[in-house]
Parts: sequence; structure tokens; C-alpha cells
Amino acid sequence: MAALTHLSLAEARDGLRKKAFSAEELVAAHVQAVEAARGLNAIITETPEAALAAAKASDARLAKGEGRALEGIPVTVKDLFCTEGIRTTAASRILDRFVPPYESTVTAKLWDAGAVPMGKTNLDEFAMGSSTTTSHFGPTENPWRREGDNRPLVAGGSSGGSAAAVAAGLCLGATGTDTGGSIRQPAAFCGVVGLKPTYGRCSRWGIVAFASSLDQAGPFARSVRDAAILLGAMAGFDPKDSTSADVPVPDFEAALGQGVRGLKIGIPKEYQADGMAEEVTALWEQGKVWLKDAGAEIVDVSLPHTRYALPAYYIIAPAEASSNLARYDGVRYGLRVAGEDLNDMYKKTRAEGFGREVRRRILIGAYVLSAGYYDAYYLKAQKVRTLIARDFEEAFGKVDVLLTPTTPTPAFPIGEKEDDPVAMYLNDVFTVPASLAGLPGVSVPAGLSADGLPLGLQLIGRAFDEATLLRAAAALEAAAPGIQRGA
Amino acid sequence: MGIQGATGEWEIVIGCEVHAQIVSKAKLFSGAPTDFGAEPNTQVSLVDAAMPGMLPVINGECVRQAVRTGLGLKAEINRVSIFDRKNYFYPDLPAGYQISQWTHPIVGKGEVLLDLPDGKTRTVGITRLHLEQDAGKSLHDQHPNQTYVDLNRAGVALMEIVSEPDLRGSEEVGAYLRKLRSILRYLGTCDGNMEEGSMRCDVNVSVRRPGEPYGTRCEIKNVNSVRFAMQAVEYEARRQVDLLEDGGTIRQETRLFDSAKGETRPMRSKEEAHDYRYFPDPDLLPLRLSEDCVEELRAALPELPDDKKERFITEYSLQPYDAGVLVAEQENAAYYEKVAKGRDPKLAANWVIGELFGALNKKGVPVTASPVSAEDLGGLVDLIADDTISGRIAKDVFAEMVETGKPAAAIVEEKGLRQVTDTGAIEAAIAQVLAGEAEKVADYKGGNR
Repeated sequence: MAALTHLSLAEARDGLRKKAFSAEELVAAHVQAVEAARGLNAIITETPEAALAAAKASDARLAKGEGRALEGIPVTVKDLFCTEGIRTTAASRILDRFVPPYESTVTAKLWDAGAVPMGKTNLDEFAMGSSTTTSHFGPTENPWRREGDNRPLVAGGSSGGSAAAVAAGLCLGATGTDTGGSIRQPAAFCGVVGLKPTYGRCSRWGIVAFASSLDQAGPFARSVRDAAILLGAMAGFDPKDSTSADVPVPDFEAALGQGVRGLKIGIPKEYQADGMAEEVTALWEQGKVWLKDAGAEIVDVSLPHTRYALPAYYIIAPAEASSNLARYDGVRYGLRVAGEDLNDMYKKTRAEGFGREVRRRILIGAYVLSAGYYDAYYLKAQKVRTLIARDFEEAFGKVDVLLTPTTPTPAFPIGEKEDDPVAMYLNDVFTVPASLAGLPGVSVPAGLSADGLPLGLQLIGRAFDEATLLRAAAALEAAAPGIQRGA
Repeated sequence: MGIQGATGEWEIVIGCEVHAQIVSKAKLFSGAPTDFGAEPNTQVSLVDAAMPGMLPVINGECVRQAVRTGLGLKAEINRVSIFDRKNYFYPDLPAGYQISQWTHPIVGKGEVLLDLPDGKTRTVGITRLHLEQDAGKSLHDQHPNQTYVDLNRAGVALMEIVSEPDLRGSEEVGAYLRKLRSILRYLGTCDGNMEEGSMRCDVNVSVRRPGEPYGTRCEIKNVNSVRFAMQAVEYEARRQVDLLEDGGTIRQETRLFDSAKGETRPMRSKEEAHDYRYFPDPDLLPLRLSEDCVEELRAALPELPDDKKERFITEYSLQPYDAGVLVAEQENAAYYEKVAKGRDPKLAANWVIGELFGALNKKGVPVTASPVSAEDLGGLVDLIADDTISGRIAKDVFAEMVETGKPAAAIVEEKGLRQVTDTGAIEAAIAQVLAGEAEKVADYKGGNR
């Protein structure tokens, strides 16, 4: 059965339709893989019974020729999406026993498309982190190891559990959320495709909020085609989310075949960051060559405000988080630690319920919004955000897609950068600008580092033009040598 | 309208912040119903309870109600307004923030015309009107040492209507609140029921010597009747004057009106004041109103008290004061117009204001529950107009109508109160009487008067 866990989502879909194997067989193989890979700590809550029941139902539909877009496909869901009757923790102690009576829009769409729920994946607590090490449930290990070095590496974050689960063959696809890079960075670290759609493309309803103006759901998969299929099922207008966009959802999979001939690919010079690994620069150069050889035109562009993106992000995101997380107060649901009076109950509940990084960001956020500091921090950061969006707008007047590295380095050992938040935050330096501008971005595995770790290249597209973005991603994927995980 | 202190005249300066609950079937950002008096926590959606991942969606009808109100206050309607979060922790505030409007309210500057007792009017400036959510209720009386929370009210739509510091005494505060309530009721945007808390008032009071800059103000929170607001102003102004004249200074603070004792006392001091950390709510896009939408609402506005008053003055030749009294409540005005139709409007006004309102007051019922219908009062006025009965007799007939609910004509017939106006018949009757008293007539004529 091991082979079933190595299929791409598209292959599995086609195999199910041709009855080469049953959904039950496919799902059973993945249930087995999940059990075998518990050491990775990629999944917080496994749902094998629900998975096998769904698989049976899928087989019944497939038998009648009524298979839907994702019929019988095992997927995992970041434990930030509320799932009805299934514990949803945000990897936080404060919600460690929270069972929502409702289903998020995105996951409801997946189940409506026939996907099979394998479990809820690990993440940084409340999606705050770049390593999935701030989880109340412990860190997720990257399935990859450096050559000749057996230290466990981070899976990236915050959607590290989803990235690791897809990379390790525990599912054929996964959902993540990306606020400043939380899909793209772990995808790069784990050698899979990770797509952050345009802000507003997927509904945020039922996703535990981190920073509302930035949060966006997106897929992880082992190929660009698989990511396109998943996005098609996840995307769409939702009247329950006022920031969801009422725009048509094109057939992303169909767009892939169009190639990149005639596309203009922009290379923003500001993405040559200090401290960037040489091999990352080299891969970026290689990426240009691949796309050029595939018929695209390479154009140098400038995004002059790029260097202000990270500081602006680390003001705006904590500001929104400090407010979004105020509802975890011990009054109505989640953890409550008794106190002498109301204020004492608040303090104890939140001090014990939230981990260090979450507390840090709540403090930063409350600070930058407080009277006397609001203008200097929050308001200024919003101005920067406007300028960054304008940079992209100008660049997209000249080019169709931008090509950059996804991260300055490959995955690092668990425990590194833990005592240096700024070093940790620098992981997001290439992913944050597109987040601030609300633009779609995708990380495509494009090569290996000298010590054998996956490296990703990022493509950034115009708002709501994921189709063109995916075309370029497919071209990059086709040109890059397939990366294979060592033993 | 000032206040006399030991050292001379003081001027009272007052501004009001009125929280008016919007009449709508659903809450401001959730589909939950808004019925008053429902069992605790039965009108609470997942959004109202601030469950993880829940998002607010603006209720269009609440927005239209706010725009109608803005138009009724002759105010600027802002085409773009922004919802902000006001952050603070409290158990009856589930999300830990209230969605409100801070820097960009939906309605800007407007005005309210006060009808003063002397028949004159005065214009009070409206600073702004903004939309916001109500909080839930903390119930402290259910258990000796626990507080219960009822979220039925959490998320209900409020309009906060802020006046300029244009009011100069308790009478004006009363006139302002009554007029504002009247406008809201005409518009159907708030039922104005202060006892049920659907209209609440914060009163800002300061005193100064005439011509001097504003003094330090105190805010009296959550006053829930017009009378209490007036009492609170009087008490608070006197307190401030006494304090100042004793050489003290006013501390800016929030105070509470104790209606049982008729006094204000400090609620919380400035030192403990919250930093609300306002910022634009990222879950909501800026609220944009089209020109068409605003114009459509404007065209559909009912005739409002000021216009109706003007019309009553010109159409019915009423005194401004009488017209003002008649239009204060829409139902009263409608009643009056039915009585006045085809009749002497002044006579009708006298009967409605003098007799009918007196009777209603005595019974403590609104005009909608009047024992005398407008048609029947009209019938009574007709009997006066055609001299069937005199004005004096009419008062007795009216009292009978109030008691029995019978029409005037029936009572007049029953009791034989018809007034005779045939001069021939009257003269014959006189001649008959005189003939029967011939002796006395002769005496009279003989000069024995």
C-alpha cells in the first residue's frame, strides 16, 4: 500500500475514478502512514474513524460515477480551522479542549467536494511563529534531515504540521493559513508546494483569527497541479466574511497547461537580502534561466519599500492579534483559571493559557495601539503598507509575475533562534511584502541546499490572478529537477 | 437659565450623548433577533458570543436606520464611514472589543430645534451620530457572590447621537431629549423607550461665569428618563457652583445619578480611565453609501415634527405653542388632523389639547388608547359649531363620552341637552312665562325693580 501514499493528488483522483483502487484502500494506507509517522508530531488530532467512514461514502459515490472534485482524497487541516465536533486548539492551551459546534467555510467546501478528513495538523500557537515550535503540543519535525546530521529540523511555520504531513505522505493535500508567510515558508522548508491566495479569495469564516487583514487560507500539495485542484475547491465568495471577494473562481487546473511563453517575469532587486545563503542566490539565478528557457521574458524591477515590510508587519499583525485574542478570557469557553476576582481570573487564565510568543505579540500589539504610540507605530505601519502595495502595483504595470526566493535559508535545527525573536522573524522577510499587499504567492520546491535540504522559489502574482501565478509555478516545477528526500 | 450662586450668576453648559437602540429585527453584525424581554441568552448567535473564527457582517437595515436618523437631524451623511474596535475587557463584552465608529462616523453635523415653553425655538447643534454595538448585561443579583451574564443585548445596534455643548439648563435638556425622542419616533428608527433602556443618555455638565471659557465637565452616565436627566443637571450644576464658590476645583470625572436620592456621585475617576486602543476593525470594509441610496431614503422620509408644526401653523392658523404640543407625538398629530378635517381647526385644537389630553393624562393612557375616538370628538365639535349645544354643555357631554364611550349626539339626545336656537320658539316661550306671572310683570313695569 505504500505506493498509494506516494501518488500525487491528481493521480489518486484519476486512479479512484478508474477504480484502480478504492477510497477505502487509499485512506487506509494514509491512516497507516499517519500512525507510523507520529514521531514527526505533524498531527495534533487524528480522525481515522471519520476518515474511513468518509472513504466508504466516497466509494459509494464513485461506484455510481458521482465522484466530486476531491472524492476520496485524504487531506489534513491546520488546527486553526474550526471543525464541527472535532477539537480545534490553535495549538494553544487556552483552547486545548475546545470543540466547535460549527464548521469553517473552507473545510466545509473541502468536505462538500468529497475530501476525506485525516486530522488536524500542528502549528505555531495561534499561527504565531515560523517554526511550529511555539505549539502547546510540542514542535513538529521536518521529515527532511541534513546530510550527515541527524538533528531534527523545524518544519517551518506556522503551518508546519500541514507542510510536514504533505511532505511525509500522510495526506495528499492540506490546508494552511498564511499571514506573513505561514504557508510559503514551511512549504519551502519541507519541499512541497504552498500557495497563499489573494486576500479575500478564500473565506476566513471559522478560521481562528490571528491578524484579520492578513490571514488567508491556502493549500499545501506535492505538485502545482494538486495545489491548483485544492485551491479550486477552497476558494469562493462567502457572504459570512465581509472581506471575502465576490469574484469568479476560474478553473485553476485548466490554466496550468498554458505555459509561460510571452509572460514577463519581474526580478525585484531588493530581494537580495543580507545574510542570504549563497546557494539561495544561485537558485534564484537558476530560476530565472529556467523561466527564460520556457519562453518567459525576464525583467528587472524595483520594489523600493521592501525593507520596511518586515517591521511594518510586526506592528500590524500583533496589533490586530492583541485585539483578536481578547476573546480568550476564560468567561465563555476554553481554559479558565480561577482567581480572587475578575481581573485576577483574566490575568491567570491568559498567563497560563497563552505561551511566550503569543504573550509577546499581545504585548507588542497593545503597545503600538495605545494612546500616544498609535501614530508613531500603527498609523505609520499602515502608511508603509500602502507604499508597499503601490510598489507592487507599479511593478505589475510592467510584469505579470515576480520571482524571488521564498526564504533566505533552508530549514534549521529545532531549538535554534528560539531566544532571538528577530532572527526568527527574518524567516519571513521575502514572504511578508506580498502578504501586506494582499497578493497571491506560491512557493515551489526548486532545488536542494549543499547539505541536502529543500529550497523554494516564490512567485508573486497580481491580485486574483492565481491562474497566471500557477502557470508560472508549473513551468518552474517542470524545469526544476524533482527533489527527492533521502532515506 | 443660569444659576445664582453666592458670588453671582453662573451659566450651565450641557452636552448630551444619547444612545438610541435602533429598531430592527436583527442585531448590527449578526442575524440574532432583538426582542426585548426574552429569556436570558436565548437571542445570542455564535458571532455575539465571540466564538473563535466568527466574523461580523453589517446589517443593511441598521445602516438605513442610521441614515434616516441623520437625515431627520438635517445632518451630513458621510458617504464613507469606518468601523473601529474599542478594546476593553468585561464579561458582558464577549469579543473584548466593541465595534463602534471613532474617526469616521456615518453621520456628521446636524441640528435639533428646541420648542421652548414660551413658544420660541432654539437650535442645538448635533456633532455626530455613529453606529455601534451594545454590550450584554451583567446580572449581579442572581447569586450572592457570582455575576451572571446575559448576552441577549450583546451586539444590538445603537446610534450614539452626540450634541454640541449648546444646552443651557435643565429645561433645555428636557426639551432636547423630548424633541430628539419625537424625531426618532417619527422616523421609526428608535422607540425612544427610556424605561426599557432603548434610549439612554449621558449628560455632560459644566458651569462657567457668563462669557468665560468652558469649565471642567463631569459626565453623568446612563440616565434613563427625561425627568432624571433634568434633576441630574440641576443637582450637578449646583454641586459644581457650590464647590467652586468654596474655592474648590472641578475634577473631570464620570458620575452616576442616583434617582432615589436625587444626587450624582463619582463612578470612576480619570486615573482609572481606559485606554481603548481604537483601531479600524480589519474584519469590516469601510462602509460606502451611494448617492442613490441616500436620496432614496431622503425621499421616503415621513413629515417630521418641525415641518408638521410649520404646516399646522399655516394650514390651521394655530399658535406655535399649540402646534408644537400637537406634533410632539405623531399619533397625537394624526388624531388632531382627523378632528380638524372639515371643522374649525382652532376649536378642534382647543378640544384636543385642553379636554382630550387632560382626560388622557388623568387616565394615564396614550392617544392610541383614547376612550373617545377622533370621529366622536369631531362629532362633538360639530354639535358646538351648529349650536346644538353650548361650549359649557359640551364639557359635560365630553365627560360623559370619556366615561361611556358613546358618541356625543347620542348623549345629547338621551339627556335632552339640545340647545334651542329658534328665536320664534324662544320668544313664544318667554311670552308664555311672562303671561303666567302678570302681577310681577306689572310690578316690574311700575318701577318696582
